[in-house]
Amino acid sequence: MKPDAIVVGAGIVGAACADSLARRGLRVLVLERGIPSGGTTGAGMGHVVVMENPEVEFQITSYSLRLWRELAAELPPDCEDDGCGTLWLAEDDEEWQHARMQADAFHARGLEAELLSPRALADFEPALRAGLAGGLYLPADRVVYPPAVTRFLLDRVIARGGELRLGAEVREAGGREVLGAFGRLEAGVVINAAGAWAPEITKGLPIEPRKGHLVITDRYPGLLRHQLVELGYLKSAHGNAAASVAMNVQPRRTGQILIGSSREFVGWNAQIDRGVRARMIQRAVSFVPALSGLNVLRSWVGFRPATPDKLPLLGFWEDGLAIDAGHEGLGITLAPASGEIVADLVTGARPAIDSSPFDARRSLVHA
Amino acid sequence: MRDERPSLLAERWNRGDHALRESITGEPRGALCAMGSCFECRVTLDGLAHVRACMVDGSPPLHAEVPARCEVAVVGGGPAGIAAATVAAEHGATTLLLDESARPGGQIWRHRGEAPKDARSWLDRLARSGAKVASGATVFDATTDGERALFVDLGGRTVKVAFEQLILATGARERFLPFPGWTLPNVVGVGGAQALVKAGADFTGRRVVLGGTGPLLLAVAALLTRAGAEVLCVLEQAPASRLAQFGWQLARSPRRLLDAMRYRLALSSTPYLTGGYVVRAEGDGRVEEVILRARGGDTRLRCDVLAVGFGLVPNLELPRHLGCTVSEGFVTVDQRQETSRASVFCAGETIAIGGAPAALIQGEIAARAATGAEIPRALLTARDRERRFADRLKRAFDLRPELRALATPDTIICRCEDVRARAIDPAWSARQAKLYTRVGMGPCQGRVCGPALEFLHGWSADSVRPPLKPVTTHALEVEA
Repeated sequence: MKPDAIVVGAGIVGAACADSLARRGLRVLVLERGIPSGGTTGAGMGHVVVMENPEVEFQITSYSLRLWRELAAELPPDCEDDGCGTLWLAEDDEEWQHARMQADAFHARGLEAELLSPRALADFEPALRAGLAGGLYLPADRVVYPPAVTRFLLDRVIARGGELRLGAEVREAGGREVLGAFGRLEAGVVINAAGAWAPEITKGLPIEPRKGHLVITDRYPGLLRHQLVELGYLKSAHGNAAASVAMNVQPRRTGQILIGSSREFVGWNAQIDRGVRARMIQRAVSFVPALSGLNVLRSWVGFRPATPDKLPLLGFWEDGLAIDAGHEGLGITLAPASGEIVADLVTGARPAIDSSPFDARRSLVHA
Repeated sequence: MRDERPSLLAERWNRGDHALRESITGEPRGALCAMGSCFECRVTLDGLAHVRACMVDGSPPLHAEVPARCEVAVVGGGPAGIAAATVAAEHGATTLLLDESARPGGQIWRHRGEAPKDARSWLDRLARSGAKVASGATVFDATTDGERALFVDLGGRTVKVAFEQLILATGARERFLPFPGWTLPNVVGVGGAQALVKAGADFTGRRVVLGGTGPLLLAVAALLTRAGAEVLCVLEQAPASRLAQFGWQLARSPRRLLDAMRYRLALSSTPYLTGGYVVRAEGDGRVEEVILRARGGDTRLRCDVLAVGFGLVPNLELPRHLGCTVSEGFVTVDQRQETSRASVFCAGETIAIGGAPAALIQGEIAARAATGAEIPRALLTARDRERRFADRLKRAFDLRPELRALATPDTIICRCEDVRARAIDPAWSARQAKLYTRVGMGPCQGRVCGPALEFLHGWSADSVRPPLKPVTTHALEVEA
């Protein structure tokens, strides 16, 4: 029997989309060429973060954060959901002024945001070096372990009568059908949630792989209390510089410290670039000197699916084919909201927020 | 210079501190491998967390002078590496031997103070050869893009070493298989027990049960007996019939037969049970009793130490990282010991588990090949003969299927992350298991659970991600 929807890609975005569809009563078939979370989902940081601007990013990230809060109550322990919040760090006065404006903006929206002076910062996060201009604490942000969340969502899809097929490589995703080594499969609608690989199966999608490095340490419980991100991160994420690094350090529930981040467009070069990794680490150490002496267990590379305007593609690409891909560094954050928006769009319902900025067919040109 | 001080691990052992740490779910843990692979013996030393007590040698810290380039780099200071570095240097190449331990010898020639008899002439020759020996040096990364360089951690200082020829002699470590109670303190490896004795741990009067497989069982039982331990019994999982065949074939290697006979003599009053294995270890905070299964019956035995190990597995992290072809769990090399990567040679246990004689010969062949020296036919013949011995060894001590069924759902499989058997679905791929349970994602980087999972579920190691051994963040801050 023909499924109502085929979702291509069992990363967190595909899983959340399938979950949203299944909850609306659709019979969903999820096709994954490798293993669930085997792509960007398994390589990333698991940060669930609200972005204050631009406005459209605020709308979708805050919508998604609300969904994450609801989901948190149901997630099993292995998802390691942690409401530790994000501490944005200002290095200089310019960034401090920016932080102040951000705090005002959050308050104006009725959301919690706490400005921290250098003294307060030292109490709040003792491992930070002295001499920072201040910080902005957003308590609503979370950290999760994405592969476990993906698994949970896929289990929910299956519990609702859906199906997950692993080792099913789609070669072409088109309107109401997919082609692969398995032959041809039809559905009421197809959703391409293949992330950085989405353009391989749907020609013309404006998504490029944006390489990032990460490093994880052994367990050092209590060293850091919050996810730490430098305000300069925003410049890195929204820019298109050759190889940029920005401090993004996350204590995991295990006590391990995940150190990031780097961004560069070098195609699919999955080799670790020692120079970039070194700069990334230097940046992190410049904020948290104690990181220097920690044992590193592993370092690796991942590819963020990046669109020219850094916003995901959500919605119909052509008749019978929708896209849920291109989330750059916000894949984890936006998975629930993207799933809901796409599920609404393909079932003819109105999404909870204005989804037109994310229209998959919007005019986009890669820099 | 002779140094008789025991390792920190041995010191703690002698003080009766068998539990050195608590696992992440609160289990008391002590050393297992005692040779730097398992990370179970980690302690906080001088404010620094996760220091392996077995690697803290009594001698003062080394500050090796490591050159930025050499003609021949040798990684691993066991017999293969010692022979390779010696012969390469003797043939005029600027040679650097990089070894993680406090002094060369690897596992089989591990010593403090006086070196074992077999090792002495080689160590003297190494000292005279002109090869530079860097001890306390951990190779944690290597370039893979055409450039020829290694990244070495010297206890906090990182050095990049360029080479023209590379000889990998990274040796082997023990294979551990999970069974109920295997994580109790004083359950150590067979090689682990050997390493403990050699590092200065006192076994006088300790009641020891040995189990597992391989000639190492007998050698270590004899060593422990000489060290004053009361070896209660030795359990070899291989059946008597296979051992008899192997014994008969041993007759073709007179020296090895002599070894075997010497061991048997040393243990003449110790029960040696074939076709037997430990099914369970029990105790409060440490092993106090073991249940043995042999000839269809189970027996309980009270003991102080259980030393159990199931053969050796090669250390393939560096060869894999360099892209050397690995086949059936060993590095593939040609007649000259060269791997699939040009100018990268491999010798010793990473080619086949065959012990010191094979390692020495292969190390020499690799050095001659790397320096363009002639390789005498006699050497090749000797190597091939040793290889046949290694093959016989493998067949004789093949693991019996019952060993797959020892773990219960509650048994810990991954000791770093405390992942129990019930959390792992055999239907998964290795990668799925890692993502879902974090098995193999701890400080031992899969060195303990990896071979176990391969035996249990057929999962082979996938891609290697640097650093190849844990190093500090600081070591990675240095730009390449």
